[in-house]
Amino acid sequence: MADSTYTRRRRGPVTVVLRVLVIAYLFMLVIWPVSLVADRAFRPAGLAEGGFGPFLERLTEPGTVYAFNLTLTVAFWAVLINTVFGVGISLLLVRYRFWGRRTLSVLIDLPLSVSPVVVGLALVLAYSSARGWFGGFLESIGFAVIFSTPGLVMATAFVCLPLVIREIVPVLEEVGTDAEEAARSLGANGRQTFWRITLPAIKWALVYGVVLTAARALGEFGAVKIVSQGAEFNGETATLLVENRYSNFDEASAYAVALVLVLISIIALVVVTYLRPKEDRP
Amino acid sequence: MSSTLSTPSGTPAPSGKGPAKVRRARPKDALTPAAGLGLGVALIWFSLLVLLPLSAVVLTAFDDGWSTFASTLTDRDTRSALLLTVGEAALVTLVNVVVGTVIAWVLVRDQFIGKRLLEVVIDVPFALPTIVAGLVLLSLYGPRSPVSVNVVGTRTGIFLALLFVTLPFIVRTVQPVLQELDADVEEAAASLGASQFTILRRIVLPSLAPAIAAGASLAFARAISEFGSLVLIAGNIPGETEVASLKILKFIEGDNYAAAASVAFLLLLVATVVIAALDVISRRVARRG
Repeated sequence: MADSTYTRRRRGPVTVVLRVLVIAYLFMLVIWPVSLVADRAFRPAGLAEGGFGPFLERLTEPGTVYAFNLTLTVAFWAVLINTVFGVGISLLLVRYRFWGRRTLSVLIDLPLSVSPVVVGLALVLAYSSARGWFGGFLESIGFAVIFSTPGLVMATAFVCLPLVIREIVPVLEEVGTDAEEAARSLGANGRQTFWRITLPAIKWALVYGVVLTAARALGEFGAVKIVSQGAEFNGETATLLVENRYSNFDEASAYAVALVLVLISIIALVVVTYLRPKEDRP
Repeated sequence: MSSTLSTPSGTPAPSGKGPAKVRRARPKDALTPAAGLGLGVALIWFSLLVLLPLSAVVLTAFDDGWSTFASTLTDRDTRSALLLTVGEAALVTLVNVVVGTVIAWVLVRDQFIGKRLLEVVIDVPFALPTIVAGLVLLSLYGPRSPVSVNVVGTRTGIFLALLFVTLPFIVRTVQPVLQELDADVEEAAASLGASQFTILRRIVLPSLAPAIAAGASLAFARAISEFGSLVLIAGNIPGETEVASLKILKFIEGDNYAAAASVAFLLLLVATVVIAALDVISRRVARRG
């Protein structure tokens, strides 16, 4: 590595100062605050009891259990929908030519640059029974989207939409169609080609995209806040519970749930970091 | 995580496999009936989920022509919310341009124990749910702070939260470019008598400029649309610490959807303009060399 000899020769006082500054900056901005969450979850202030027992109690009381259940349900459906849609649309974008293909691949990225609040607002304006474009129709068939679980799933699917696609498309483009054509010429039908050739080729990219989607789905807050009632036992997801409890001076529960969410996202982060090199390997 | 950010879909990262391999994937098939059906279903879902709701926002903003816009912009609180949002976002982006580049530099060019840990730390703000990010910052800079700082309800608090959530953007876009950068060129310049500062100004920064600008536009777009991490910190004092996204929430809760939609539309507009401007600037810097 030419790089490392280069750095070794250049390592002077400036390098050391920059290193110390960067470590200090990251410590003050990220490391210290994140580690304090654990402290707050186990040693809450005021009348709340500290320790592991009360921490578990806070996580297992019915309101919290309901919130985690709802979050998992919503994340499950959002991940499922986005995986199926993502694989399908990626194959279409990479393997076929059709009118408007370029436009579609640009539009697909749109959800990443829209504010979560605007996502929520957009869904309300389209689907709420009081004022949405399709509100009247939906009400007439007795199907509520806004202020109920389907709305939560849609909001979550919206904000995570490009994550799977962005992972799969580059891999699909790189592997090309040789193996698929060979399989087809040997008599494999479309389904066999997909399950035996295409899917194994994009496997790691797909897993990576799904982990990213799941992490994002479990932690979505802004869009969900707009389309949900957000009351206890009534559309309160884990992230909404963190906000509600903190605002209602139940800091101990807020930090307990926050700690669980922090751990989930750090696990997702580590999984993703270790998956990445595997997929780059030839 | 880096390539999630830097590789836009549709443009594969150049791999070492040569152009022949990439080109062979190009000739695309016309749609088969089954693929056509799949495309139809996918487009219907995409329209229902994304396109129709977003057009509902634009149309609601223009429901009664320009008058909603005019009244939204002349409302003092809304205007100050928009100015505050854009100002804070610009400031945070500026700080990130410097700090993010330095962090990327240290991660690529320096060797020390614990560097791998820092690599993970950089991505933590992305991984955390936004509301949790707010709570995380409150544990150190909120009430009962161990360092006796309370930023709740102040512009410093907003600044801090935005700094937290935008941390990875510039680091993750600059890092791969810096890694690819050939150290030989810098050494050649040094052997020809160029000072460290000249090398930085004439060789390193011009090659990093497009990446810095790309990261900056991502950071700016994120900062003006940020919501979750500000909910608990900003304090929402109208005209004081109320940002645009929280203003939209207030309009929605007050059943004033036209005003909410017009603020949302303005946010989208500002983001588009800034991203386009940064793209132009980065091209000019890169060309000057």
